Amino acid sequence: MKKYENTGSKDTRSGFGAGMTELGQKNEKVVALCADLIGSLKFDDFKKNHPERFFQIGIAEANMIGIAAGLTIGGKIPFTGTFANFSTGRVYDQIRQSVAYSDKNVKICASHAGLTLGEDGATHQILEDIGLMKMLPGMTVINTCDYNQTKAATLALADHHGPAYLRFGRPVVPNFMPADEPFVIGKAILLSEGTDVTIVATGHLVWEALIAAEALEAKGISAEVINIHTIKPLDEEAILKSLAKTKCVVTAEEHNILGGLGESVSRVLALNTPSPQEFVAVNDSFGESGTPEQLMEKYKLNNQAIVEAVERVIKRK
Amino acid sequence: MKPNTQQLSDLTIQVRRDILRMVHAVNSGHPGGSLGCTEFLVTLYQNIMERKEGFDMDGIGEDIFFLSNGHISPVFYSVLARSGYFPVSELATFRLLNSRLQGHPTTHEGLPGIRMASGSLGQGLSVALGAAQAKKLNGDNHLIYTLHGDGELQEGQNWEAIMYASAKKVDNLIATVDVNGKQIDGTTDEVLAMGSIRAKFEAFDWDVLEIAEGNNIDAILAGLNDAKSRTGKGKPVCILLHTEMGNGVDFMMHTHAWHGKAPNNDQLASALAQNYSADQIDY
Repeated sequence: MKKYENTGSKDTRSGFGAGMTELGQKNEKVVALCADLIGSLKFDDFKKNHPERFFQIGIAEANMIGIAAGLTIGGKIPFTGTFANFSTGRVYDQIRQSVAYSDKNVKICASHAGLTLGEDGATHQILEDIGLMKMLPGMTVINTCDYNQTKAATLALADHHGPAYLRFGRPVVPNFMPADEPFVIGKAILLSEGTDVTIVATGHLVWEALIAAEALEAKGISAEVINIHTIKPLDEEAILKSLAKTKCVVTAEEHNILGGLGESVSRVLALNTPSPQEFVAVNDSFGESGTPEQLMEKYKLNNQAIVEAVERVIKRK
Repeated sequence: MKPNTQQLSDLTIQVRRDILRMVHAVNSGHPGGSLGCTEFLVTLYQNIMERKEGFDMDGIGEDIFFLSNGHISPVFYSVLARSGYFPVSELATFRLLNSRLQGHPTTHEGLPGIRMASGSLGQGLSVALGAAQAKKLNGDNHLIYTLHGDGELQEGQNWEAIMYASAKKVDNLIATVDVNGKQIDGTTDEVLAMGSIRAKFEAFDWDVLEIAEGNNIDAILAGLNDAKSRTGKGKPVCILLHTEMGNGVDFMMHTHAWHGKAPNNDQLASALAQNYSADQIDY
């Protein structure tokens, strides 16, 4: 099994920006919309290279979602960009009616998701967005783990027809997925094989899961790590295949324990092979100000938390 | 050949009959606003819009219309069917299980003529702005038309869109507001007085014109042609269409009571008798 190494830490949002830059060059249909956050979303290059295909909407996210839906009528492929909170909760009904129910090919791209945007605090730290988006019929939900995967997902979304939510973040985190790793929507990536427990992780928690797996190995526990970048549609086959071997699972995500990846995995297990599960997630609370590292420690979203969850779940087998 | 005023007038009688029979059949739906906008939508589709044969979602090379106040779906469905988008007989399925004619319009069931879902209010203008900007990117000189309720302007998203439209010079758009002064709970002044809608649009730098007789076909024709002549000049165009809710049915006029209420058997008979012509062909 390939060993994953950090090839140089970067923020995932820069992966999105790099993806948009490449899409701007190779797909004339791609247009970008932003609600006064060009720098935060790394739209600078796209705007500079393709000003006619870049739409500065102003601080008016509801209008942005509607305009994006309208741009699809005429064949454009709109990518909207703002913070995750303003990409989802603020505009839920606009996404529901004008995008999802209307089956518009809009890509809702959301930076600064979860606790790790840090010091801005809970008003900006949405932990409910995966749940909100996965409940919408027809919506694809993707949460990428590093720079390379975010760039690859951005490119893949342009070739995918249908509404989609792409979630990424602000902090600089390890970049470890190979740059040439193909991104297949809905297809999980097995990062390390193991026999005692399956760790299903998404977003920034994938790297933490790899660190945890190493720590567990030192303790004589063999952990299988799955990078589940697509939360909907969920790769049920990959999860069940792994569970057939390990018989227990830990899910890890930077999201509320309610409505996130963990519950999606629980549903698969309940319907197919009821198994012990532990959740690494925020325990139904809001966030707060702090550095990303402090917050991930306080809210138990790091590799130590994953190790502890594994030790708990193995005892329940 | 574009229909003349008499032909348009005849069609409004037919559309009124469709509306009344549709809402009566399922004892639900919104006849008031539908009847108030009948002349406008008939004139728009039959005489003003440049439309291609058939229907495709992108609408490249033709004018596009968006209904933002989706609850007046009865008039929209009738005009679409009578304009050839789908069989007139399908009007009989309005609001029934498995119908393409949902209570509020949707693309979800693949009904030709519909390009976005509407019903949750205040979203249509934003979508129209996107479609208008797509037309510009595509080098397509056709226009985008929209219709909104006056009460619907209470939704804040409209004002985001109204601000954007003038700032970005979206001048291939004609947005019409159905000013009937009524909404579910009463008059717009009683519910949430909006002051001068004209002054508000003008303050947002739109080119505003009014059709004082919004149920008069000649006045609508003149107003829509005037509006068309104002496009392409750097400003979005707004029509304030002054209508009578429930127009054409005496007991449905001058009240907000028929906003979302269907007539009973006797009321239907009376309403149809008021809208009779020898050559009607009911579905």
